[in-house]
Amino acid sequence: MAEGTNYLTETRGLKSWLFTVDHKRIGVMYFWSIMTALFLGGVFAMLVRIELLTPRQTIMSAETYNRMFTLHGAVMVFLVLIPSIAATLGNFVLPLMLGAKDVAFPRLNLASYWIYVAGALFGLYSMIAGGIETGWTFYTPYSTSAGGGVTPMVLAAFILGFSSIFTGINFIATIHKLRAPGLTWFKMPLFVWGMYATSIIQVLATPILGITLILLLMERMFQIGIFDARLGGDPLLFQHFFWFYSHPVVYIMILPGMAIMSEVIPVFSRKTIFGYKAIAFSSIAIAVVGFFVWGHHMFVSGQSPLAGAIFSFLTFLVAIPSAIKVFNWLATMYKGSISLEAPMLYAISFLLLFAIGGLTGLFLGSIATDVHLHDTYFVVAHFHFVMFGGTVIAFLAGIHYWWPKMFGRMYSEKWARVSAVLVFVGFNLTFIPQFIMGSRGMPRRYYNYLPQFQPMHVASTIGSWVLGLGFLIMAGYLFASLRKPYDAPSNPWGGATLEWETASPPITHNFETTPAVTHGPYDYAALRSDA
Amino acid sequence: MSRTDAGEPFLQHHFATPEQQFEAGKIGMWLFLVTEILLFGGLFVGYGLMRSRNPAAFSEAHHHLDRILGLTNTVVLLVSSFTMVMAVHAARTDRRKRLVAFLALTLVFAGVFLGIKYIEYSHKFHEGLLPGKFYSHKGDTVPGQFQFFSFYFMMTGLHGIHILGGIGAILWVLRRSVQGHFSSRYYTPVDLVGLYWHLVDLIWIYLFPLLYLIS
Ligand SMILES: [Cu+2]
Repeated sequence: MAEGTNYLTETRGLKSWLFTVDHKRIGVMYFWSIMTALFLGGVFAMLVRIELLTPRQTIMSAETYNRMFTLHGAVMVFLVLIPSIAATLGNFVLPLMLGAKDVAFPRLNLASYWIYVAGALFGLYSMIAGGIETGWTFYTPYSTSAGGGVTPMVLAAFILGFSSIFTGINFIATIHKLRAPGLTWFKMPLFVWGMYATSIIQVLATPILGITLILLLMERMFQIGIFDARLGGDPLLFQHFFWFYSHPVVYIMILPGMAIMSEVIPVFSRKTIFGYKAIAFSSIAIAVVGFFVWGHHMFVSGQSPLAGAIFSFLTFLVAIPSAIKVFNWLATMYKGSISLEAPMLYAISFLLLFAIGGLTGLFLGSIATDVHLHDTYFVVAHFHFVMFGGTVIAFLAGIHYWWPKMFGRMYSEKWARVSAVLVFVGFNLTFIPQFIMGSRGMPRRYYNYLPQFQPMHVASTIGSWVLGLGFLIMAGYLFASLRKPYDAPSNPWGGATLEWETASPPITHNFETTPAVTHGPYDYAALRSDA
Repeated sequence: MSRTDAGEPFLQHHFATPEQQFEAGKIGMWLFLVTEILLFGGLFVGYGLMRSRNPAAFSEAHHHLDRILGLTNTVVLLVSSFTMVMAVHAARTDRRKRLVAFLALTLVFAGVFLGIKYIEYSHKFHEGLLPGKFYSHKGDTVPGQFQFFSFYFMMTGLHGIHILGGIGAILWVLRRSVQGHFSSRYYTPVDLVGLYWHLVDLIWIYLFPLLYLIS
């Protein structure tokens, strides 16, 4: 509870926020910006779902529909999923967990935020610059010939890449150099390990996207002859370049989600994490192997059967470290005294949805079944189970877990549980029908469809409304909590990591004195004897 | 940044010691250099693939480049890397006048490099040896040479942008050197700008044979 000032009240006024170098304030600014993007991306998704209520035109033209799903994909991937957890919760919590006063390069951190805003504005500008209908993957040749909004959207993705790289560089240097005395690598919370693995991918993969997008723009503007077959280029080369980044980027999105799981599950099971080192190293393993599986997006592109077989094998290989994590979380819960507050409800949702998302990935990773399922709604449902069921659900778990720390207030637990259940039910209602449709041959991205698929499309659309209602309620009780006076204790959930040792919300310099690390991050017995 | 500590005016508040700040800066710079290498790496891969698809055109096109100017620029950059090393060494050994002098020399060589590049570019513009759809050179016997010049301009152009960035960074540390900010206790910016400058030099060492010396 806050007597005196904290990081929110120490200085006031818009300028004190816009030019802050405090990692906590930057995390909070990222939080509101990303929530705005999530809202926009959600609205685009709802409109797409409404259009798909009938096999004919429902509310928009085919062209508008193409723009809608492209915007939904691009906004959600580049403005929400990639920065979501790392830039908000990572920025806020990581230095606290390390017992540090800030990240290694605070001004670079602020720059990263402003670059994010600039990229976001470019992306939205593409809407009025003629729109973009290529899908978020910008496949050539359509992206080199289509008009209008492609250029600003591609530029936006390029700019956003720098924001991501800067965050990654900052986190790696911070983790190496700013750990509190006594905080050895294997005493770090697993959230920090997850951020470390994420940052490595951000640094190593994002430049490839950058140069790919530059080449795409050059081809568009100057016809340099790299992706256009008429000029002696190779359109497939774009796909190789693109997926060399965009598969690892899946791990930029999911590893932070897994990192949150490794914090929430032990705290709400009141039990030390099972298999600490296995979880830590599996993050690194995922980061490394993830660089060599991009060809599984191209099984039907005409790549050689041998390449296909190798990519398929490597894809199965990544499933192993992911499964190791899931089994370790389950073992952590086993015989723990589990309490079902909102963060834990989301964590359990994650386990269920991510398991389905992961297992359906194996159908797409094996060549024979992929030929049937490629470019159907099965793919759409699969990656929504991983990206929403995994990343977004984990993000929500993290928001509910650290909300008291970030804003110093407790939210309504009752409404949080209602919303968690609605989100879970709504999500399944939206995407399970898509698995069924996809396996029966409903192609993705189509504006019209055969009447036989209508009942499932209707179910899916109704699901999206339930999901939307869940988010609406969430916005309601979270905003309501902000109107209350500070009422959060410094350690509401009984966590043993360092961020719970300082006030809620923390003071500007995080800790009154640099904390000494006396017990492990999941050593709840030591915590009880301390108190 | 807070500069309250009289003993260490450039120690930022969130670092405990100058060493910690220096090492963090180094890690950050090395990671940044890795991203730069990967950025150029994508161009190298694209160049390699297009050249293997179109060897005759690439070989024919590269005769339009002036090897003497290319070699001169390679030497100029190598020498500038050496003067940069001397500048860092001067900072580390508290010789401020030498530091200023070597930074200024490095700037001069960077300027010479850009001057020569300007001569080369204007020659290409004159001949119509331009990227993509702007290519208008007359009398080609082998088709598809525009692809070579697409890569020539992208690669040397991106490299040139990095030279410009380097000039900006050197000007910044030069100004701070004149103001007497650096000593053996604190010379992180000189060291980091030096690292960056070596990378820009290194990339040119790969670009030169790749573009000028196709056999
Ligand atoms: Cu993939």
